[in-house]
Amino acid sequence: MTNPEETTPSKPDYKYIGTRPIRPDGLDKVTGRARFAADLSLPGMLAGHVLRSPHAHARIVSIDTSAAEAIAGVKAVVTRSDFPDLDPANPEYNVTRNLMARDKVLYEGHVVAAVAASSRHIAKLATEAIAVEYEVLPHVLTVDEAMADGAPLLHSDLLTQNVEPEATEASNVARRTVLERGDVEAGFAEADVVIEREFTTKPVHQGYIEPHAVVADTSQDDTSVVWCSSQGHFRVQSQTATMLGWESSQIKVIPAEIGGGFGGKTTIYLEPLAVLLSRKANRPVKLVMSRDEVFRATGPTSGTRIRVKLGAKKDGTLTAGKAWLAYEDGAFPGIWGMLGCWCIFTPYDIPNFHIEGFDVVVNKPVNIAYRAPSAPMAAFATETVLDEIARAVGIDPLDLRLQNAAKEGDASPLGPKHGPIGLSETLDAIRKHPHYSAPLGPNQGRGVATGYWFNIGESSSASVNLNENGTAVVATGSPDIGGSRASMAIMAAEVLGIHPDRIRPVVGDTESIGFTDTTEGSRTTFATGWAVIEACRKIVTELKSRAATMWDVDGEEVEWVDGEARHTKGDNDPLPLAKITAAAKQTGGPLTASASLNAKGAGPAFCSQVCDVEVDPETGLVTILRFTTAQDAGRAIHPSYVEGQMQGGVVQGIGWALNEEYIFDGNGIMENAGFLDYRMPVASDLPMIDTIIVEVPNPVHPYGVRGVGEVGIVPPIPAIANAIHDATGVRLRDLPMSPVRVLEALTNGNGNSDGDA
Amino acid sequence: MARIFLGLEQRRFTGGVAEVEMQASTVKQLIAKLEARFPGIAEQLEGTAVAIDGSIVAHATYEPVPEDAEIHFVPTPSGG
Repeated sequence: MTNPEETTPSKPDYKYIGTRPIRPDGLDKVTGRARFAADLSLPGMLAGHVLRSPHAHARIVSIDTSAAEAIAGVKAVVTRSDFPDLDPANPEYNVTRNLMARDKVLYEGHVVAAVAASSRHIAKLATEAIAVEYEVLPHVLTVDEAMADGAPLLHSDLLTQNVEPEATEASNVARRTVLERGDVEAGFAEADVVIEREFTTKPVHQGYIEPHAVVADTSQDDTSVVWCSSQGHFRVQSQTATMLGWESSQIKVIPAEIGGGFGGKTTIYLEPLAVLLSRKANRPVKLVMSRDEVFRATGPTSGTRIRVKLGAKKDGTLTAGKAWLAYEDGAFPGIWGMLGCWCIFTPYDIPNFHIEGFDVVVNKPVNIAYRAPSAPMAAFATETVLDEIARAVGIDPLDLRLQNAAKEGDASPLGPKHGPIGLSETLDAIRKHPHYSAPLGPNQGRGVATGYWFNIGESSSASVNLNENGTAVVATGSPDIGGSRASMAIMAAEVLGIHPDRIRPVVGDTESIGFTDTTEGSRTTFATGWAVIEACRKIVTELKSRAATMWDVDGEEVEWVDGEARHTKGDNDPLPLAKITAAAKQTGGPLTASASLNAKGAGPAFCSQVCDVEVDPETGLVTILRFTTAQDAGRAIHPSYVEGQMQGGVVQGIGWALNEEYIFDGNGIMENAGFLDYRMPVASDLPMIDTIIVEVPNPVHPYGVRGVGEVGIVPPIPAIANAIHDATGVRLRDLPMSPVRVLEALTNGNGNSDGDA
Repeated sequence: MARIFLGLEQRRFTGGVAEVEMQASTVKQLIAKLEARFPGIAEQLEGTAVAIDGSIVAHATYEPVPEDAEIHFVPTPSGG
């Protein structure tokens, strides 16, 4: 690992920021004491089970639950008739129809009914006793099938947004997105080298280790307490209420410890079912998904088809880019193609470009965010073509990227200009790292790639309560999926001037902390951390006031330095925080403060990576020999957890590149819904992932933070593809680059029919 | 005067105009002025995020619009 100081000579003199205290949730997690939603047990609690569609696409003719309800031990059954039908204009309309199928099932795994019973066994038996008559319909599984003329339609009322003239006939294309600048054809005419290639990727799952789980305890007065695994309990509250036709205030959501989310827990699946089953049964109800259900019914990321064309002069200057992207949305419209358009050329200053993207519905589980959603597929295309351009013009691939890298003041393809960004610094850090010049052996190759993710701000709340003994509790509304509690404690410590160990960071429920948006978009340390800083600043103001009272001096004569009040115009002895809190009852009462904000100016994230592989020519097996990632963190609050995020993103990218894919049979049924057949990388598959934290501070944030949680997953796919080419001379443009596909490419001389540079 | 850059989806309401200059104290007032000049555009702009001098703000209705600011209306972002 490289300490951030090595790349940031002008780092301010912080006392706690940049240190590496042990995370406050660590001990409970490694000893098994941490409580997840599935661990909760309430008196009289029932077990739930969900009946799911066995078909990829079918009309529901009838549902008869009478036999299930007659089984001893069955306490409640819910179907589509138990949930109100929302106005299609309601933003949660599709979410609610994903949670419970109405007229049609749209993918294998779509919910048809749910049962609560005295045991899981009885609940499962009861779901099997529910008689559902289906009229099976033809299905579409890929963007190619869904966009073909005459394709079976998932939704008879889906009109494509943003086409001219306006769409009047339904299709499976939900949205078209176009971004353009300059004169793209003139740009290609100016180029000495023009390369166009096509790429495909398969749906992959976020693969969090903890399946979705919920416990709901609903009272007869239609109020409910919900414990669940989620990246955003306020969203769980509002979505659940909407689905039931309730007010949000009728539902209290208590965030349980979370065993991974990676974007996959930014929506709901089980909560309204559990709340309503509990209401009907008048008993608490627990629902826990199996891994099979997680694969079949929760959000993978999109499968895609992407074409990229780039033009460059002999000196390596990019002159033009053209991209066509089609992203699966799953069974309901999403934004994934649009996000791909936002990201595909953003790392580079390309003067002329045309980007056209499509969001396409298919008969698969509804796609949901997965760590920098949509960016890795886009980067696969652009970064692989860039590698070919570099070879064609004879320039080192890192130098080519550095030459064209986006810089402060350049306009992103979306329009807004970049503020200070660290892409060039990450490229430079990779070039200087010993990895980049290390020798390679036979059948070994090296590849590089960069990645971009925009990061977001949104709303956050925090409160800080000082205890009588001088310790503090910092509460926020952000579920901790990556060590954010440690970061909150460090930022609070920096403002208060007390050690992070004296601060207990907690995640409050929906009734004990102000509204906070979901933990997504790498926003928590940036936005929620900012709320923590503001709350702590308020309490420092109050601490100074209390010190002035204790000294009987004017408040302006007090400053706060290093955890104590100091009298600037007198000789009173400094008052440490603990002395002020001990006297709080005499000086005005307990010391508490809160802050809420809508955080603006999330700084975009960039990273660069280099990867070495060895390709076995006999089996096609690709082994990752060495991997180094450099990422601009803005400011690393807790460097160890920044490194953890960087490494985690890389590992998930490696799995996506080499092994992972959803496999369906001819009827649209998933064939590999388990970790034995859906192969995610484990520690023994991987080398140590080396990390370099670059710090180009985000000028908007008090400590310069920009989000770090997502961008690390963006470059691994193209970095590995470029390394495989370096090792073998073969280009692979279809994922996964599994042994069978690599071997086929080696045998045929090339993995793709459209040639190579 | 602030410079307002209009994306392709917004240009459907502007007859192809890609950039305009306007003075407004808040984003809300800016949208009202754009609606007066390009009827129908307000519905497209309300609910989007706004980039003010490159800094993206969600729920930006009452955000101040600085003199000489560069304004882009962009879809509300999300993430994983």
